[in-house]
Amino acid sequence: MTTESLIRVEHLGKKFGEMKALSDINTEIKKGEVVVVIGPSGSGKSTFLRCLNLLEVPTEGKIFFENVDITDKKADINRHRQKMGMVFQHFNLFPHMTILKNMIIAPMKLQKKSEKEATDIAMELLKRVGLEDRANAYPSQLSGGQKQRIAIVRALCMQPDVMLFDEPTSALDPEMVGEVLEVMKGLAKENMTMVVVTHEMGFAKEVATRVMFMADGKQVEEGTPKEIFESPKSQRLKTFLAKVLF
Amino acid sequence: MGNILEMLQNGFARNFITEDRYLFIVNGFFTTIQITFFAVLLGICVGFLIAMIRATHDMTGKLKIPNYICKLYLTLIRGTPTVVQLLMLNFIVFASMNNKIMVAILAFGINSGAYVAEIVRSGIMSIDKGQMEAGRSLGFHYIQSMFYIVLPQAFKNVLPALGNEMIVLLKETAISGYIAIQDLTKGGDIIRSRTYDAYFPLLTVAAIYLMIVMIMTYFVNRLERRLRNSDH
Ligand SMILES: Nc1ncnc2c1ncn2[C@@H]1O[C@H](COP(=O)(O)OP(=O)(O)OP(=O)(O)O)[C@@H](O)[C@H]1O
Ligand SMILES: [Mg+2]
Repeated sequence: MTTESLIRVEHLGKKFGEMKALSDINTEIKKGEVVVVIGPSGSGKSTFLRCLNLLEVPTEGKIFFENVDITDKKADINRHRQKMGMVFQHFNLFPHMTILKNMIIAPMKLQKKSEKEATDIAMELLKRVGLEDRANAYPSQLSGGQKQRIAIVRALCMQPDVMLFDEPTSALDPEMVGEVLEVMKGLAKENMTMVVVTHEMGFAKEVATRVMFMADGKQVEEGTPKEIFESPKSQRLKTFLAKVLF
Repeated sequence: MGNILEMLQNGFARNFITEDRYLFIVNGFFTTIQITFFAVLLGICVGFLIAMIRATHDMTGKLKIPNYICKLYLTLIRGTPTVVQLLMLNFIVFASMNNKIMVAILAFGINSGAYVAEIVRSGIMSIDKGQMEAGRSLGFHYIQSMFYIVLPQAFKNVLPALGNEMIVLLKETAISGYIAIQDLTKGGDIIRSRTYDAYFPLLTVAAIYLMIVMIMTYFVNRLERRLRNSDH
């Protein structure tokens, strides 16, 4: 496994008005890592993740992606975002486009791929998640689990170097959580670099190479799943785990 | 009975046949349609532009000065009578312009733009902000996300309201006579002033407007139904 740094976060801080949502976050995400971010509600997990692709603009600190400081005003963030796929809690599929169109529009418009080329990639990915027969359906005709699997492969169509997930299973009916997690596990197996905000502790234990625990906008503890779940150091993490693991 | 028929026949002949007076109606009809058509186009262009500026400002806080100018424009247009705007454009702004129809198109287009802008803006604001974020996260820049993702959905939502705005605009053009344009209304009124018969020309004019409006309403309703049936 390579140890090349993909994302480096230095003294990241984010304020919403007077409210400090993040303070002094420092971390490095290497190629092939699966970093799972856990923490209580309102602890800043989403804000952290959304800072990584600048959907939220940091008020302090720097973020390097593939060794380029993307918080620099001169950085072309749109170009970098093409290499950072994102999956949202509420899917955010484009309701006015078919599944296939959802998937090929960005590769065609942004990477100048031909329709055929983009469609080939999209159909290949649809096959992988078992939804190739839904290519011409509209998002409203799919179940939640199907929508989220499409959202994942839509991001993959851009052939990103990292995938960001913000609670991808939180809006799903329990029986659909598994199918989405399966897709994510498959990605991890193929060494996709991933940053995942989730409440699925089972997924964290099984798939994460590293777990980051956040509380009150701070990075409280970081370590392997084993370290975090079996020998938590801080009281906050112990309390949190007691709550989520029963 | 025979008397009434004869009266109608005479009236018809006097108002429409004599001196080819029907041409006032026919030419007026085409003038009205011409003004309406181009004013609608202009209104939609102006309206979309302003809606984008205003919505961008509402969502991101950027474009402070353009937004201020847009608000000023909306206030002025919506706060003064259309007739006054038409007269001002004709006698002050374009006093030297001979093409009156062009002046009317500009006046009604600029006027309609203000209403279209607020309709479209409400449409843009009604689209979940996750749509823009999904677009941005794929690497589209703001304008691309707007054009490929947000606007098509917003447009769909506000099509019925836009259709109604077009109908309002059509009827507003009836004041074109104020700047000596012979539109449908003026055409009917000229006939009235020559024949001293108000019934025939004015009822005909009213019936023609009603017909155009009903045709437009039919298409707006059909569109609305089609959009409602397809929930994607
Ligand atoms: N756009 C915003 N404007 C103002 N405050 C915000 C905004 N987004 C987040 N916050 C605040 O920042 C803090 C961190 O929010 P964030 O969404 O990152 O938490 P989270 O850990 O993802 O929580 P959850 O588990 O509920 O999703 C919260 O107090 C939240 O209210
Ligand atoms: Mg969150």
